[in-house]
This record gives sequence, C-alpha cells and structure tokens, in this order.
Amino acid sequence: MRILISNASPDPIYEQIVQQVRAQILSGDLSEGDLLPSIRKLAKDLQISVITTKRAYEELEREGFINTVGGKGTFVAAQNPEFLREKRMKAVEEKLADAVDEAQLLGVGPDQLIEMLRLLYAEDE
Amino acid sequence: MGSARVEKEVAVPAQGRREALETGAESDGALVIDGVCKSYEGFVLKDVGLELPRGYIMGLIGPNGAGKTTLIKLILNLVRREAGSIRVLGLDNVTHEAEIKSRIGYVPDEPRYHPDITLENLKSATAPFYPSWSEERFQALASEFELSLGKKFKTLSHGTKTRFSLALALSHGAELIVLDEPTSGLDPVFRRRLLDVLAGILQDERFSILYSTHITSDLERTADFVTFLRDGQVVFSRPKDEVIGRWGVVRGGREILDAEARAFFEGVREREHGFEGLTSRVEAARQRFGDRVVIDRASLDDIMVLMGRGER
Repeated sequence: MRILISNASPDPIYEQIVQQVRAQILSGDLSEGDLLPSIRKLAKDLQISVITTKRAYEELEREGFINTVGGKGTFVAAQNPEFLREKRMKAVEEKLADAVDEAQLLGVGPDQLIEMLRLLYAEDE
Repeated sequence: MGSARVEKEVAVPAQGRREALETGAESDGALVIDGVCKSYEGFVLKDVGLELPRGYIMGLIGPNGAGKTTLIKLILNLVRREAGSIRVLGLDNVTHEAEIKSRIGYVPDEPRYHPDITLENLKSATAPFYPSWSEERFQALASEFELSLGKKFKTLSHGTKTRFSLALALSHGAELIVLDEPTSGLDPVFRRRLLDVLAGILQDERFSILYSTHITSDLERTADFVTFLRDGQVVFSRPKDEVIGRWGVVRGGREILDAEARAFFEGVREREHGFEGLTSRVEAARQRFGDRVVIDRASLDDIMVLMGRGER
C-alpha cells in the first residue's frame, strides 16, 4: 500500500487516505485478502493522528472496500461487484472510443462500425 | 471545597461520592479533569475540564501564561487544587498520589537535577523508585537519543536535558506520559524524532500522552485531541479533526466587515488593508462573501491567535 499525504491538499487527510486506498483496490494494486497495516501503525508511518486513520478505515469499511477481522487485522474485502462492473464497463467504453476515433479517420460511419461489431460478436459464438 | 464544585451528579457527601466514583475505575479514561480551579496572585485557573481516553495523544495548547504548566502540576499534585476532580488512569490523583506517580512519565519544561551528578548516577538514583523500571529500555533510548551517560548534568544543553528526562520518563512503563513544552529549545530534527517516539508508544493502546506546547505545528498532524487553554480557562477541548479542516480563515477588505458579517466570526483581526476572520462555518462564509474574500483552512496557530479576538 502506498499513501502520500499532502498538507496543501484541499481534501482532509482522512479523505486522502480513503481516495488512495480505494484507487489502489480498483486498479488491482491491492487485491482481495491483502493485509493492511493496523490503524496505529499507519498513523505512525504517516505521522498523523490515530483518530484520523481510524476514520479513514471506517469510511473504507463502510464503502465495502475493507474488512476488519477482530484480532487478525484489516484486509481488502471481496470486491464490491457493482464497482468492479462499473470499472470494467468504463474500460469497454474507452476501447470503443478508440475504435470510433480510428474509424472516423478512415471515414467509416456508425452503421458500418455497428455492422463490424455484429460480425465480431457472431464470430465469438 | 465541596461547595465550590459544579457537579452534574446529585450532591453526595465528599467521601461517599469519591467511593462511588472509584467503582468502575477500569472504564475510566487516561485522564479525566472536571471543574478544576486554582488561584494564585494575579492568575486564576477556572473550572477546567477535559477528557483524554486511553490510547490517544492530546495536545494542550495556549499562549505563554495560559495555565498549561499549572494544570500539569495540578495533575501531578505538585500543587494542590482548590476545587474539582482529577482522575488519572481511573484513580483520584490526590488519594492515590504515590501509585499514580509511578504510572505517569513526566517530562518537565526545565528538567532540574543536581548539576554535578553524571547521567549514569542520576539514572541509578531514579530507577529504584519504579518497580517496573526497564534497564534495557533505558539503554535503548539513551543510545537512540545519543546521550553520553558519563557526562555531568550541568554540561548538557537544554535539548539534551529534555532528551535525558524523556528517556527516564519512558523507561518505567508509564501509561500516561505528560510532557510540558518538550520541544521548546529543540531543533526540528529532534522534534520530528520525538513525535516518532511518541507515535511508537501509542502502538500500545493502553498508553496515552498529554503534550503541552505553544509550537502548534508539532501537533497539527499527530494529535488526536486538542485542548486550548487561554487565561486559565478551556476555550475548547475536542478531537483535532473537528477543528483542523473544519475551521477556516477568511481574509477580505474591511469594507465588508459590518456588524452582520462580524457575527459570522469566532474572532476577527483587523489590519490596515483588510481583516482576518476565524469561522467554523466555512461553506456558509463562502456563499455569503463569494469572491470578495479568500478562505484558507485554519491552522492551530490561526485558531490560537484569532479565537475570541475583537469580540463585541
């Protein structure tokens, strides 16, 4: 886990932690079952207060990104399927946007592109 | 003495009340102060209250002369309180004075020991007072703080005296560490190291720290709670995150500072070319004043300087 706290950021420190941990889970840098540092250890590492760190973990837990198992520690939770889907849909959209750009360069219109997509789907089946 | 107490509980004769409080001591916080008063010639500490739960660090801030050192001396029962109650680790600090002193690690603002005694001998004279003294811990801290134990106390710089005093305070397993202005006279490198040492102590959640300072940047990030003392009274005592990040400093031209605008601020400082106002209602201020002002997050220094200024 990598967290960089900026004192100049308009976001409060707890929010910076939440955003960065969330981003690392969504990007796959942190995956299900990974052990996070304890609240007190992270507070010491970042030289911030225990209460601030606790608040960040509570927020992440509330959003379903992490789980705390009593006596064992805090782990990255099984990913929220909705988030995962949203994230992957975004990737699809980005790739399609690339395809549209490429098609426009070649003067290929939407109808022709959709037809190409149909063919590709048919090939897969 | 009893009559001066402002109490939430129903009046109970002093003795009975104390016993009633003693039960349930386990659930008590590291430090619970309620309605404490002390007066000297020209100075009054009035109705001071605060609560530090175990496992956290509280910064005690305030200008010089606000009463920080007096409050700390009251906690250690070095001076007698005139009213109120102080409970350390669940125990009354007067009736359980001896036990409490062995469970508090105290670093005074100006450590004083016999000038001609070496640190090694001072340590040997101190250790027997504490049943839980850890020689191993002391040696580790002495080397971490770069203390030459053969040196005489009088030859040490102020910073080194503080480091020595801190090493003693941390070597007997104290559960509540009380530091009175530990960083005044210390360079930024050691101040940073001290914060690291303190965060290290807090890895064990039974331990708690009360830290008085007027160098608020030391606490801006690490403190869990902040108590602001001014003129012998508590201005506020609450989780730091409820203060930093929620309060803002509004700066703008003096022409917008009418009575209505003034009511917005917890404190205002006027200058020739504009004003600074402290507010806890940052969003509302943004809406009200728009781009006629700039708004920054308030630091503890801003709060200390501005709070209560220019009240009318």
